[in-house]
Amino acid sequence: MEAQAILDTLKGKFGDAVVELQSEGFSPAFVVVASAAVNAIARFLRDDPALSFDSLMCLSGVDYKEKFAVAYHLHSLKHRHAIGLKAMLPRENPSLPTVDDVWPAANFHEREAFDLFGIGFEGSKDLRRILLPEDWEGHPLRKDYKYPDFYHGIKV
Amino acid sequence: MEALALSLVHAVPLLAGVPLWTVTLLLMVVVAAVILVFALTFEGVGSLVLRKVAGDIQARIGPNRVGPNGILQFLADGVKLVLKEDIIPANADRLLFKLAPYFVFVGSFAAFVVVPFGVGLIAADLNIGIYYVMAVTSLVVIGVLLAGWASNNKWALLGGMRAAAQIVSYEIPVGMALLPAVLIAGSLSLQDIVRSQGGLLGIFGWNLFHNPFTFFSFFLYFTAAQAETNQTPFDLPEAESELVSGYNVEYSGIRFGLFFLAEFGDMFIVAALATACFLGGWNVPFFHVGTLPWIWGNLLSLGVFLTKAFAMVLIMMWVRWTLPRLRVDQLMRMSWKYLVPLTFVNLFGVSLWLLVFRGKGIPGMIASLFG
Amino acid sequence: MTTRTDALPTQEMTINMGPQHPSTHGVLRVILTTDGEVVTRAVPDVGYLHRALEKIGERVTYAQYMPFTDRLDYLAAMNCNCAWAWTVEKLAKIEVPERAEYLRVIVCELNRISSHLIAFGSYTADMGAFTPFLYAIRERERVNDLFEMLCGNRLTYNYARVGGVSCDAPPGFLEKTKEFLDYFEPKLDEYNNLISYNKIFVHRLANVAVIPAEEAVAYGLTGPNLRGSGVPFDLRKDEPYSVYPKFDFKVCVGTGERGTLGDCFDRYMVRINEMRESIKIVRQAVARIPDGPVRAKVPRLFKPPVGEVYFRSECPRGETGIYLISDGTVNPFRLKIRTGSFVTMSIFEKVTRGLMIADVVAVIGSFDIILPEIDR
Repeated sequence: MEAQAILDTLKGKFGDAVVELQSEGFSPAFVVVASAAVNAIARFLRDDPALSFDSLMCLSGVDYKEKFAVAYHLHSLKHRHAIGLKAMLPRENPSLPTVDDVWPAANFHEREAFDLFGIGFEGSKDLRRILLPEDWEGHPLRKDYKYPDFYHGIKV
Repeated sequence: MEALALSLVHAVPLLAGVPLWTVTLLLMVVVAAVILVFALTFEGVGSLVLRKVAGDIQARIGPNRVGPNGILQFLADGVKLVLKEDIIPANADRLLFKLAPYFVFVGSFAAFVVVPFGVGLIAADLNIGIYYVMAVTSLVVIGVLLAGWASNNKWALLGGMRAAAQIVSYEIPVGMALLPAVLIAGSLSLQDIVRSQGGLLGIFGWNLFHNPFTFFSFFLYFTAAQAETNQTPFDLPEAESELVSGYNVEYSGIRFGLFFLAEFGDMFIVAALATACFLGGWNVPFFHVGTLPWIWGNLLSLGVFLTKAFAMVLIMMWVRWTLPRLRVDQLMRMSWKYLVPLTFVNLFGVSLWLLVFRGKGIPGMIASLFG
Repeated sequence: MTTRTDALPTQEMTINMGPQHPSTHGVLRVILTTDGEVVTRAVPDVGYLHRALEKIGERVTYAQYMPFTDRLDYLAAMNCNCAWAWTVEKLAKIEVPERAEYLRVIVCELNRISSHLIAFGSYTADMGAFTPFLYAIRERERVNDLFEMLCGNRLTYNYARVGGVSCDAPPGFLEKTKEFLDYFEPKLDEYNNLISYNKIFVHRLANVAVIPAEEAVAYGLTGPNLRGSGVPFDLRKDEPYSVYPKFDFKVCVGTGERGTLGDCFDRYMVRINEMRESIKIVRQAVARIPDGPVRAKVPRLFKPPVGEVYFRSECPRGETGIYLISDGTVNPFRLKIRTGSFVTMSIFEKVTRGLMIADVVAVIGSFDIILPEIDR
């Protein structure tokens, strides 16, 4: 299915929650959605027979200097098509519903996004730091991250 | 020993004034020292041979730096272990921690006393030989359990528990598989068992060929013995890649050395028992070794015995480097559901055979056909 | 937590399968809660090897990032190098000369062989048979010799470049490759005879950690782990990239031949069979490789157009997907690397419930994870 067709299907079902399609220079194309509707849209994308995106390829946090985003890359084993989903988030307290009940693969990716960006995932069954130590302060992949001088008394 | 002491006192006039019990005691100490030296040498050389055999099977060379072709490697290892720092983990049970290696070593070394090395070469020809060996090697279980518990380390504890379960479970098949040899010889003494396989039948006088049940028994014994000595495929207690060396993970230096040596000692005991009970012991085929003068007879029979025992040890090493490891429940299942019933059936079969054929084995029956 | 209230009260044990352990394939820490030998919970704790590769990507240029991809999965470094090169070329729409693509496929498949050899060897070593590990290392050394002839390195190759490869195959390289393939192909049958169908080995692996196909897809498993559960999805065939459409090879799928479909044995056999298919591919590539340049002209301070691209390639441990955001400058804006091992670990906790401690080792080995990939 083409990206435009997927966008139309989603717009038909979710209306205003679907914001726009980013396709020029984006491979795969991204459907930008409102962050609050992410779980519902994800479930629809997985369950609808014409779409059946049963495989979450990647879930990444992005820091677009003025705002955050969470980018989902989805793939369908049945129909062999791919689409991207993006939710933009404000810089203060970025948070959106989790999708780990739709694709269990999302859990580790969400933990990484939380760890490195500080993006919260509401309803996640297990949200804690994954790559950095539990007591690390700050979220390193943010563009305005300041490296700490000391960690537990050791010069970093 | 008393007889030997008596003959010694008569032979050497110097000792005429010394009371007999002193001479006997001194003699016992000397014999024990000789056996200890043999055991330690074997264990050292055995570790080297193990590494060389491993290298051969694994398409590499093995130790070859110390001494010509790496022959002195075990000496270097021994010196290294002795010079190491003696580390006892904090919160470990100090007394039990120090005691464990001695239990294991004594359990293994004490069995050397009844091994029939030659026609007259046995430290103590106990008339309960096999019974004694079974009893004494059980000390190893206590040592291993102590080591696992006293290390204050969960991995060591797991290894110790597994080892205890395994050794105890496999003692039954080992004992049961040795009993056919006892039944045929009519005695628990190892020299008697060896002598019963001698005679004009040569190789076919061995208990291995006596009847199908003893043939089967030999392989059951060998399998159970591989488990008794913690060799792969039964090396769960010291699974190097799972438990990081199991019950002896916290041991270093000569304490670890004692565990290590005891393992090879156990291997030799098991091989020696297999040789004595099934492979004819020190008997030379078609030859009565007793007819030779004392020294030549002993040397010849010693050579024969050691060749057979070392061949068995080599086969154990070969199997060790070839097969993967059984999981603990599979190991237990194998012992209790397969080996124990099989050895019982075997024992029953041998008893029935001896009853029906009045103690004659197949080679014996064939020979009597020809007169 | 006491478990039984009848005659004998028991307690669960919390054991640390620590970062240093002979069979966790790297610095992986697993916190095991066991009831005797049976695991009730196994929580993986990753992050010991985190080197901030994604943050580094934002500081260096596209060409400078190539050596970092070597360290992403050092046993399949060629695959990671090429994955990065393909991603950047997709973003900037660069035409790569055909000879370079053939060379990339040859080295990627040879590296797949050597990576699967290590997976095979270390797995059997974990199971207690130490000998196959040394045989696998012996074959791998020959592959390393080939790579040393090609680019000078034996482990971290830094071979691919944006627009091609760094250097052409020296004379004799293709002949030596063919010699190696002829030498290696019968060895696979030898290993199957020695260990793969050994009764003890099969009993350790069969019916352990069965992952049904839907669960494998839902948890994001890729590569041999997914194919071991019976899903015939291989990026080289289903979303072909580079010159893979020109080669004829099979997709190896688990068949449940010695247990249930999707158990550890299936994943193990998929890797053995994939080595055979890789040999086929390299043979075809060596026979058909065209002449020509090995590098496209790419400006030194290379500025790709603004855009976002996601490219995934089939690495030995799963699919390596790189999500690259460019803002038109010489450094990438955001670089996210999604590796097969990282996502495979997400099913670890679920699959190890109720297994024995020895099986936990079997599961880790069958997933063929490598920590640098997980932690980046």
